[in-house]
Amino acid sequence: MLLSDVSALLGCEVMGDGAGLHHLDVEICFAADLMSEVLAFCPPRALLITGLASVQAVHTADMADLCAILFVNDKRPAPPVLALAAERGMPLLSTKLGMFAACGELHRHGLKPASRT
Amino acid sequence: MEEALFCEKYTIMGSDFERGGEVASKVKAILKDLGIRPDVVRRLSIANFEAEMNVIMYADEGALELRIMPDGVRIVVADRGQGIPDIELAMQEGYSTATEEMRQRGFGAGLGLPNIKRNTDEFTIESTIGVGTTLRYTVFLS
Repeated sequence: MLLSDVSALLGCEVMGDGAGLHHLDVEICFAADLMSEVLAFCPPRALLITGLASVQAVHTADMADLCAILFVNDKRPAPPVLALAAERGMPLLSTKLGMFAACGELHRHGLKPASRT
Repeated sequence: MEEALFCEKYTIMGSDFERGGEVASKVKAILKDLGIRPDVVRRLSIANFEAEMNVIMYADEGALELRIMPDGVRIVVADRGQGIPDIELAMQEGYSTATEEMRQRGFGAGLGLPNIKRNTDEFTIESTIGVGTTLRYTVFLS
């Protein structure tokens, strides 16, 4: 599913430049608020779904080569977080849905969970 | 001893959560610029980020030393701080002494040290209570 379709499906607000969303294909999602779990178990190119809107969320997604971050519960990252994401070219989306609802919708539309290896 | 192709040292300050991740990011950019394989860059980036956050969370200060050798990338992360009382316990997945603030920052799941070991080809840890901790790890290029 294209990231632009994820955004439309969940009624997301796109933070920063959303021009690249039409070119990013998402197949796997990983939902967590603990960044060490992401670093340990999330495969590259996955979509990170989290309620943690800190600089560490952006660094985590960047270090683990993830494709984008989806913030749940209407979380809005502070300006330094937005600036870091822009610098790293990391797309940020924000949905009003909670973690469970957002994950449920994406799973229902065919996105897959990461398998722990 | 083989000569390093590239060598650099980065200071990490304890409790500086706002800058947590900057050193790992700088190292990642260097590794990418040098044309190192993406999977090697990813493994090192994850290990470096975990090690950097460990210094920020548990030490007064520390440094990450990057040495790019012909056969692999060697990292030493040495800190001055409280040290680890039981290394065997600290290496167990899920064991953590993290505070609530650390968990609110997304860390302290008890996965940091095991995660560093998992992503590296060689890994050693030495620690002295009240003095500090030194991690040494390598990811081979071939």
